[in-house]
Amino acid sequence: MEDNVIYMDNAATTPLRKQVLEAMLPYFTEKFANPSGIYRKAAECRQDVARARELLADSIHTAAENIYFTAGGSESDNWAIKAAAEAYGSQGRHIITTKIEHHAVLHTCGYLEKQGFEVTYLDVDENGLVDVGQLEAAIRPDTILISVMFANNEIGTIEPVEKIGQIARKHGVLFHTDAVQAYTQVPIDVEEMNIDMMSVSGHKIYGPKGIGFLYIRKGVKIRSFLHGGAQERHRRAGTENVAGIIGLARAAQLALLDREERTARECKIRDHIIERIEREIPFAILNGDRTKRLPGNVNFSFQYIEGESMLILLDGRGICASSGSACTSGSLDPSHVLLAIGLAHETAHGSLRITLGMHNTMEEADYLVDNLKEIVARLRDMSPLYADMVKKVS
Amino acid sequence: MYSEKVMDHFQNPRNVGEIEHASGVGTVGNAKCGDIMRMYLDIDENRVIKDCKFKTFGCGAAVATSSMATELVMGKTVDEALLVTNKAVMEALDGLPPVKVHCSLLAEEAIHAALWDYAGRQGITIDGLERPKNDIGEEEVEEEY
Repeated sequence: MEDNVIYMDNAATTPLRKQVLEAMLPYFTEKFANPSGIYRKAAECRQDVARARELLADSIHTAAENIYFTAGGSESDNWAIKAAAEAYGSQGRHIITTKIEHHAVLHTCGYLEKQGFEVTYLDVDENGLVDVGQLEAAIRPDTILISVMFANNEIGTIEPVEKIGQIARKHGVLFHTDAVQAYTQVPIDVEEMNIDMMSVSGHKIYGPKGIGFLYIRKGVKIRSFLHGGAQERHRRAGTENVAGIIGLARAAQLALLDREERTARECKIRDHIIERIEREIPFAILNGDRTKRLPGNVNFSFQYIEGESMLILLDGRGICASSGSACTSGSLDPSHVLLAIGLAHETAHGSLRITLGMHNTMEEADYLVDNLKEIVARLRDMSPLYADMVKKVS
Repeated sequence: MYSEKVMDHFQNPRNVGEIEHASGVGTVGNAKCGDIMRMYLDIDENRVIKDCKFKTFGCGAAVATSSMATELVMGKTVDEALLVTNKAVMEALDGLPPVKVHCSLLAEEAIHAALWDYAGRQGITIDGLERPKNDIGEEEVEEEY
């Protein structure tokens, strides 16, 4: 990147593509009209929004009328779960989700528990995979919703979404998936996969922040999320974020065009980093599944050291990464995802997440590992846990 | 997020290491919460701290407070070292973010734990020194929703 920073936190957010910015700019100035207006200037904006909606619908193999624009992934998750609970609450009060969901899903479920809903939080295996047998067994006559993420944001594990969709359909239960990390990284077909609702965000795919969409299958009863104007088929009122919508669609279009080439490149760099770390840094545990894994995700726990210290030292060498350590979350508990895959607290504290994007290179990967080796050694040298382990062994 | 002094003490920590045949060693914290500090003291017959070293598993603030604590007790008598509080450590570092205040408490505890160990080995009591808690405990997490 231009500022000599090696950005490897692409699961947190991505830089906007230049072509996306160019596509958006006119909508801040000359194409500023409110799409609801009657004049031609407004009709033009309305048509552009409609085209964007069609393009996004095509990208997941559905009709344009099933795409509802939102402010992003968290809003889409909140809307899908709360509105489904409200619409179907008279038929049942049970929801199934997993222990490794994004907080936007987990905390929404927690909120619903306080409203009298019952939530089953499924365990995952040591690689972060949901057991579909366990999922099916958890379905009860009063189950109204299953929400399982497409791919995990921390450890990159890709869930068996197609099988989950089949099971949900077989039992007549709604299926929502948070596809914020998976969209444009893996192929998604909501028809084939029996997905009823799906959350997507713009800024994870080299698009703008503050825009996303919720896909809702036609026929799913779902209440309005924001009351007011007639936008989004009366379900989410408010003047459209036109520039954001245009940017999201352009970003999706570009990401789908180069998906195969881009993700193959990311996989190659990812596997190189994983291979070098496993070969060159002792006491490093790979978190997440080796094959059912997002192209850009590397997640390791380095035993006997703590994540935040690693991040600060990496930052000092110009590398941006993240960690599931408690110190980076503002609480005393490390990441719920790492605990759910069975890591001990102290191992979870020592985790490092590297998420690659289209701008990363093999040279950067080597620079990362070279520096990481030194940083891990230095922190271990300082660690009483490492000293105790060495004493025990010798 | 961190002051320049915290960053300096984290990136160039003073007195990292162990002291063989130390007069007192104290380990405090909890790996579960992500912080463990171990403090080594070398104390002479006049009860003066001649050397002090540490090893810490933890975040940037945990390392920086350990480092600063060793500097603050170095050369002091046992009684003077007892007066090095977490506030003194924080002030010397130009402050800590609120979520990291517990690191300075841990540094104070580490000094006390090492002094307690010293007193035990010498068969003496140090006025004002209480048996340190090994675990400073979890702070209350704010209720959400």
